[in-house]
Amino acid sequence: MSSLTFTSPPPAPVRPAAGPGFRLCDTTGLSVCLTAQRFIKLNAVSAVVFLLLGGIAAILLALTRWQFVHLLRVDWFYRVLTFHGLNMLIFWILFFEVAVLYFACTVPLKARLFSPKVAWLSFGMMLTGAVTVNTVILQGKADVLLTSYLPLLAHPAFYLGIILVAVGTLIGVFNFFATLYTAKRDRTYEGSLPLVTFGALAAAIIAVVTLLHGAIVMIPTFTYSMGWTAQPDPMWYRMIWWGLGHQSQQVNVCAMVAIWYLIANLSTGAKPVNETVCRGAFVLYILFINLASAHHLLVDPGVGSAWKIWNTSYAMYLAVLASMIHGFTVPASVEVAMREKGYIKGLFGWVTSAPWRNPAFSGFVLSVLIFGFIGGITGVTLGTQQINIIAHNTLRITGHFHATVVGGTTLAFMAVTYYVIPLIFRRDFIWRGLARVQPWLFGGGILLVSLGMSFAGSMGVPRRSYDIEPAGIFGAAAHLFLGVMGMGAIIAVIGLLLFVVLCVGTILFGEKNAGRPMADWGTAQAMVGTKAGSLAEDHWAMKGTMALTAVFLACFAVYYFANWKALADVWPVK
Amino acid sequence: MNNETKDPLLKRLMDNTWLLLVLGVLIPLLSYTLWGWVELGMVQPATLP
Amino acid sequence: MSLAIPERGWYRAPEGAEKLWIGLALLWCFVLSLMMPFWHFRGKQNSRGEAYAVEPAAFLARTEQFVAANKVGELNGTPIVEPAPGGEAYLIGRMWAWYPVLKLRQGETYRVHLSSLDLQHGFSLQPLNMNFQVLPGYDHVLTLTPTSKGEFTIVCNEFCGIGHDKMIGKILVE
Repeated sequence: MSSLTFTSPPPAPVRPAAGPGFRLCDTTGLSVCLTAQRFIKLNAVSAVVFLLLGGIAAILLALTRWQFVHLLRVDWFYRVLTFHGLNMLIFWILFFEVAVLYFACTVPLKARLFSPKVAWLSFGMMLTGAVTVNTVILQGKADVLLTSYLPLLAHPAFYLGIILVAVGTLIGVFNFFATLYTAKRDRTYEGSLPLVTFGALAAAIIAVVTLLHGAIVMIPTFTYSMGWTAQPDPMWYRMIWWGLGHQSQQVNVCAMVAIWYLIANLSTGAKPVNETVCRGAFVLYILFINLASAHHLLVDPGVGSAWKIWNTSYAMYLAVLASMIHGFTVPASVEVAMREKGYIKGLFGWVTSAPWRNPAFSGFVLSVLIFGFIGGITGVTLGTQQINIIAHNTLRITGHFHATVVGGTTLAFMAVTYYVIPLIFRRDFIWRGLARVQPWLFGGGILLVSLGMSFAGSMGVPRRSYDIEPAGIFGAAAHLFLGVMGMGAIIAVIGLLLFVVLCVGTILFGEKNAGRPMADWGTAQAMVGTKAGSLAEDHWAMKGTMALTAVFLACFAVYYFANWKALADVWPVK
Repeated sequence: MNNETKDPLLKRLMDNTWLLLVLGVLIPLLSYTLWGWVELGMVQPATLP
Repeated sequence: MSLAIPERGWYRAPEGAEKLWIGLALLWCFVLSLMMPFWHFRGKQNSRGEAYAVEPAAFLARTEQFVAANKVGELNGTPIVEPAPGGEAYLIGRMWAWYPVLKLRQGETYRVHLSSLDLQHGFSLQPLNMNFQVLPGYDHVLTLTPTSKGEFTIVCNEFCGIGHDKMIGKILVE
């Protein structure tokens, strides 16, 4: 135990693996806390319901912005846009994250969830809040979009609902920390946290910062909407709101990366090449990634260049360094595991013989690629202080975060669900052939959405706009890319609906697997005569990963400097 | 426990949930929120020349 | 495995390819970090956030005075106003119009004051694709030098209610 622990309890024996309140997993042999299992189920199911609602909204929006179809009426467009933003970015993600946290603090540590009462309180508040917000939006009393920028004003119940969701999540995060504390106190484990738990810890810490900002900004806005206090300053609102809005997406990044490590392990037996490097990257996230909220205020009045440059750089891009490290260590761990199993042909023999038929694996790989190549590169570039001038509030921004939050996080969450349902709900998936296609449909669709939006945005097409025709300046190319976005959205939403049908169908009708291992999706098998750990001392074994990351760095540099060139071509301004 | 106090600083930080929590909250709160708040507080009245 | 408690000796320095990649990535991060201060001092396009606190009524009054003193014509009912080269120009965003139309000269530098009378708006100058945020209560000053001639369109790209997509303005450059 470290010398910096909170208390120094008397030594106690390590608990037996499965005491009362636990069950042993028939597939992994891990002991599962039954209380945690119940709340993982509750939160995950709610998450999928909100994903479905947000997905229905998504297709309505895409088919409206695709001007050839232009489906919705103007008032309903902004209403559905508000609905889509909250259900996708807040409810789906937060409910799923609470499920991930409850898993990460109990199962790997053989620990008991701190308190079922606290978990009920958290779940009840979140659900009440989410239902309230959705009701108010659909009644047409909160057409203010996700950001609800003051002086736009919604019905007080809108803000109250968001406060309930935020505080409820914070209570769930408290349950996570309390479980870590009691697990350490009761010595359910010895030594350091497992990597997946450590990643979840990073997510939880960032969630605390996020939800604090949510409280700071939403409480005075709520009291203002009730007529009790004066209107908060709109610029102050923007600054604090983005402490909620952007940082909540950094929670996703951490949870997503933790899931990458988890799926890499479950599907190929990969383990980190160097634990210190992976953990170090998470520490950089914890310390610096939250400064990136400044990306939303780069062309705003009132905050100066020094504040903008320092914060937009996440303190010298240390959080970008962290993402680039994960972008190397995750594929490297898979490559080393595959090579140790005997798949050593050429640079990419380990790629072609990977378990592609496993939807968790394919979803995870697509998530890494879309997040890194599209989301990461555009994010750093658009979030560069000066380059933001040619990107702010255009569809380029939306194109960026559909690659990170949807192609990255949502796809990773979907991928891990292919293990969560068999292992936690203990039912094997129905329609396994369709399940194998689902990540490709969703990932491919989102890729088109993201590219369509990005290209339309670089032609100046604004985000959050009902109709681009009144401007009278957008030509055939802009319409073409909006069409690409629309087509992509149709494919992605089919993938999303398929996912929901597969999950719900499996939970209701899937074959029970209690008492035996789950039906294997396809895991990488070791060849005869190979030995796990045989490459542990070969620090240059990941040749394919080196090639891939070199390509990545080259793409990054080309896109980055092309944008500086584009910026240099517009009017001088300061 | 004596030999464990010699752990490198970075490892001790990685194993210390609570210190990470405190730093993770403090750094963005100071760098982004408080500094930004001060910047907004220093906005001067317009002269509209 | 990532779910298991790591072995006791897990703490060790990066080696081999990992070490190389961390070094390369760190180097790239230095390039990214230095580009912004470099452009701040040597580049021509910056957003310094120069702004002053202003009451919407005062901003409207000053803009009306600016229009009355410098009006040179009308475009679809909106006054066209030509500020003195090197001088101050005022531009209002409100639901759902930009007021007035500015007429500028190529190569001259102007201090353009942007503010809103009601909600937040987005100043998006097309087809250049230059974007700035416009807030009520803030006089956001852009020191702007048009370097190309023609008719430029201001699109609002911050949601401001039902007529948002029809909030279109013009800047003319000769």
